[in-house]
Amino acid sequence: MKYARLVVALALIGLLAGLGPHVLPEYWVRVLIVLGINIILVSSLGLSNGFTGVFSLGHPGFVALGAYVSGILTLELTKKGAYLPDLPGFLAGVQLPFLPATLIAGVFCALVAVVIGIPLMRLSGNYVSVATLGFLVIVNVVLVNAEQFTRGSRTFTGIPPYTDLGWVAGWAVVTLLVLSRVAYSPLGRAMRATRDDPIAAQAVGIHILPARLMAFALGAFFAGVGGALYGHYLVSFSPATFYVAMLVQQLTMLVLGGQASLTGAVVGVSAITLLSEVLRNLERGFSLGSLQVPAVFGASQIALGFIFILVMVYRPQGLLGDRELPLVTGGRVAKGAGPVYKDTVGGGRT
Amino acid sequence: MSDLEYVLQQLINALSIGSLYALVAVGLSIIFSLLRLTNFAHGDMMMVGAFATLFAQLAGLGFLPAVGVGILVSALAGVIIERVAYRPVRGAPDVTMLLTSVALTYILENLGILLFSSSPRNFPLPDWMNHLYSFADGRITFNNINLLTLGVTLLALLFLNWFVRRTQVGLGMRAAAEDLTAAHLVGLDVNRVIVVAFVLASAFAGVAGVLWAAQAGVVEPQMGFTPLLKAFVAAIIGGFGSIPGAIVGGFVLGALEVLIQSLPGDWGLSPYRDALVFALLIAFLLFRPGGILGVRQEVKL
Amino acid sequence: MKALELQGLEVAYGAVRALKGVSLEVYPGEVVTLLGANGAGKSTTLRAISGLVRPRAGSISFMGEPLTRLSPVQIVRRGIAHCPEGRRVFAGLSVHENLLLGASGRRDRGIGEDIQRMFGLFPILLERRNQAAGTLSGGEQQMLALARALMSRPKLLLLDEPSLGLAPLVVRSIFGTLKALKAAGTTILLVEQNVNLALELADRAYVLRTGQVALEGQAKELQGDERVARAYLGGAA
Repeated sequence: MKYARLVVALALIGLLAGLGPHVLPEYWVRVLIVLGINIILVSSLGLSNGFTGVFSLGHPGFVALGAYVSGILTLELTKKGAYLPDLPGFLAGVQLPFLPATLIAGVFCALVAVVIGIPLMRLSGNYVSVATLGFLVIVNVVLVNAEQFTRGSRTFTGIPPYTDLGWVAGWAVVTLLVLSRVAYSPLGRAMRATRDDPIAAQAVGIHILPARLMAFALGAFFAGVGGALYGHYLVSFSPATFYVAMLVQQLTMLVLGGQASLTGAVVGVSAITLLSEVLRNLERGFSLGSLQVPAVFGASQIALGFIFILVMVYRPQGLLGDRELPLVTGGRVAKGAGPVYKDTVGGGRT
Repeated sequence: MSDLEYVLQQLINALSIGSLYALVAVGLSIIFSLLRLTNFAHGDMMMVGAFATLFAQLAGLGFLPAVGVGILVSALAGVIIERVAYRPVRGAPDVTMLLTSVALTYILENLGILLFSSSPRNFPLPDWMNHLYSFADGRITFNNINLLTLGVTLLALLFLNWFVRRTQVGLGMRAAAEDLTAAHLVGLDVNRVIVVAFVLASAFAGVAGVLWAAQAGVVEPQMGFTPLLKAFVAAIIGGFGSIPGAIVGGFVLGALEVLIQSLPGDWGLSPYRDALVFALLIAFLLFRPGGILGVRQEVKL
Repeated sequence: MKALELQGLEVAYGAVRALKGVSLEVYPGEVVTLLGANGAGKSTTLRAISGLVRPRAGSISFMGEPLTRLSPVQIVRRGIAHCPEGRRVFAGLSVHENLLLGASGRRDRGIGEDIQRMFGLFPILLERRNQAAGTLSGGEQQMLALARALMSRPKLLLLDEPSLGLAPLVVRSIFGTLKALKAAGTTILLVEQNVNLALELADRAYVLRTGQVALEGQAKELQGDERVARAYLGGAA
């Protein structure tokens, strides 16, 4: 059983990449690609938000950076001249293959995360959320204004359509393997300790800042990779692609599945992806017997919002809480921490 | 253009935008002080107020009565979101409440798009609102919208000051903001206090929404988002949870934005205004977490 | 008739069971004290009575009326005032405002008079009436917390550790006031770490250990009873 995870992982990649495009209808291939990308994005978000308790709202900022970095690095030289004539010399002559571009995108995001994380990871509770939201806004403004790199608020286009099911499945498996490795290692235990009780964690000699920074940077790395994959899937995008709507979608997936569970992230992503597809088809209008339900575009977002609130009210720990499949933890973790309780009337600190 | 006139003109601009930020930030701070809720849906109360005013006008009401309707509707919307979404999660961890408000704003904005479409609509104004005052051969100009923005904000803030200091419910609000558990123990009807707080905060946001729409000339479902973010910054640099802090923060932020855009010789910073504003927010959180007024906060670990 | 009756009260915070079936009673005009080590469940018992936490099982009734489904506000209006641990005065509000808030649940016209009565009971509060409560000394804050609780004209006063963190002289003065309240016929349920003081004041006592009543009896009889000390140390009662 030692290599169970690897075997399962390889089988999954092989099956999806080899067989998928031939047997599945194109529609489902596209759904699976988006699903896989979201698994990367949401599980990496969970590392900081769920496991470490740094509730970041800045994740789409890293996704955006990943998409743009990889896009710029892989653009054909002729297209580069046409679309981005003012690119500085060291970028203007570069055209990288997919894998190195993706890796550079991830590393770039991780570096950015370290730089902004050194100050931001000191903040607690709501404040780290507001500050990381500030980061998202700053990324957005910079992308809109850095026209020589990004074409500004206009659509960035011409990106080679490299992303296919094989790449996505491969990266999703790598992401989950690395994250599960980290989350259920001593470092991961330190991360969870800083979440549950920062003061006690410090008292037993855990350094909070490095633990949080590590989670934030690793999450950013995979956000960058996921962003690159998403960019090469969409082929054209603009700064608006990576903003509040994306944030809400990722958060919904994360909290539905359970913030401190990789299994939960996968479950949350799958549930919301399927639901979104169903709702998207429903909102085009349908007939129920003699009853004609007209098209209501936008209703699916509203339904997602309601699901989000229902989860917050009735099951704030998500479907899985912090439970995992044994496959994920590799048997390295005891049963989850005690639940968070709330006072009947709120605000109690006696 | 002489320097003095230029400075005066920019001062008018700063006061006008700053009072809007103050008006929105005050509501955020009131709610935060009571519930520790970072209320993202607050900006949508602006949208609700502006759209309600628009439709009241389309239904044949005059401008001022329509504004009254708009404010009432936004106050009502505040009461509804408190009852439906926030009360069930009251007392939950901060993040749960914050996420609930994020979901709520997503619902409200998409509902707005569903009902009114995402494209901006013209916001009709009576002619007198656009009446222009011009001094020093047109080097200093402002209109009734600017005057009204400042005047209404001052009135609203004076009213709030009176309400919080001189009324029973106001006293209850201050007590509950200090210590919610103790407020329960002395037999304060905390639910009522919180509902009143949402009425006030949302009505203020409604007023701000109408004034914002008047300045922009249009209303749209997502109009509340940017001012909301700015109001967060204002509230935090003033000292989150403090009413005077939100007011000071609002005007400071307004002045700062105008300063960035009017620096002589254009330092090329204008397009990065919003990024700078948020960089300032982060700087405040790190170096002066209590804000300008030094409100006691547990911001850091 | 019993003023207060708890039967088989169980309270849990998440997985932690704080009370495992506590039963006790308080008769009108009586002072009953609740003793026990830290974490024995004394404060939790008071919090359950005043509706701050919902019991998982068991019943609480006051003057024959069940309380378990009522909100804290409704419970205060029934005549129970809770003077919490750590005093919890509204630090940024003035002494006068704190007293006004103590009467939050009241609708009658006697509030002004009662404030004067409190100033009579605690003259130092009159001196400080417009000062922010946070600037008061610990003892003054405890007096304010007590006065604030009395402002609701309670039929039952719940007191949580009124001597906590106070100098011995101040403690004596606070307990002097409590004695006067007792003499005036106030019903009190007192949680206190200072066993001797508490047993001196009280008519009866209950000793809690890990969420259960380990010992109960007349205060006079428990004074000097070594079983009380043993309950604190966690041994067998």
